[in-house]
Amino acid sequence: MFVRRKAITKAGKLGVVLLAALGLVMDPPVAQAEYGDVVINNYSDAAGMRPVIFPHWFHRVRFRCKVCHADLGFKFKAGGNEINMVKIIDGEYCGACHNGEIAWSVENCNLCHSAKPGTPTQVHESTTQRLVSPSAPAKQ
Amino acid sequence: MGLAAGGAAEQRQWPPLNNDGVHDPASPAVKLLQDPAEALSKLPPDTTGNQVRWVEALEKGSINPRTNVFPETKVTVLDLDVFLSLRGGMPIVRFPHRQHTEWLDCANCHEHLFKSKAGANKFSMFQILQGEQCGVCHGAVAFPLTECNRCHSVPHAGFDHSRQTGKQD
Repeated sequence: MFVRRKAITKAGKLGVVLLAALGLVMDPPVAQAEYGDVVINNYSDAAGMRPVIFPHWFHRVRFRCKVCHADLGFKFKAGGNEINMVKIIDGEYCGACHNGEIAWSVENCNLCHSAKPGTPTQVHESTTQRLVSPSAPAKQ
Repeated sequence: MGLAAGGAAEQRQWPPLNNDGVHDPASPAVKLLQDPAEALSKLPPDTTGNQVRWVEALEKGSINPRTNVFPETKVTVLDLDVFLSLRGGMPIVRFPHRQHTEWLDCANCHEHLFKSKAGANKFSMFQILQGEQCGVCHGAVAFPLTECNRCHSVPHAGFDHSRQTGKQD
């Protein structure tokens, strides 16, 4: 039974790669966002706020990866950190810098909560998204 | 597909925030936040990803990103190349610790993503393409997975196998 399930998983993985190969010969989707932009929409839509856009490019000009991903404890997983405003106001996650000292403070809701409503949590322009995304807009 | 190089600086374009398909054009943020072009056009050019050679930007001093906001982990640069994919059809992979440790802490990769012991890791492009292993960063924020030859960079012919610190099948 275990072996059988493993075989199916392997076939699934092969499918992903075949789809990726197919993507390589088709036109790539129209570029959207900036490479590495993360949209976080764990709670925003439900709270009537625009989803959050985290621009990696802006932050890595100013901080090395380790600052957030080692010292502040951000996991390498879009939407995987269960960040909420209580934690941020307490100085965790984004709140370690967005406190009015290192960067602008939490009163500036709209500067982070700036995505089109309904945008799902994802890393934008990832290689996988560009090659296989079913949500990529059709090129006219 | 991003394999070409050179002459990129003048052709680079970045979608402005008010028309990038993700920002809400009605959001006040699009008038207040920095557009990518303003910051990235000053940095060493690339043909893919953010169209910036981030490692080069750091090495040349084009950017000077902070290493800490709290006195937590120190930057621990390790100058050690690991050679992988020694018997595949593709050229051998040279993994340079130095460039990675300028940005990242040891604990970002070790021991949960990769074991430190040479030969203890089983690498798979299947997994990498699905965002695991190297694909946690490459293909999401570090240069994309379409740049095969940036990792698979060492020809088999003439490779000195005494250098194979990452020995594996």
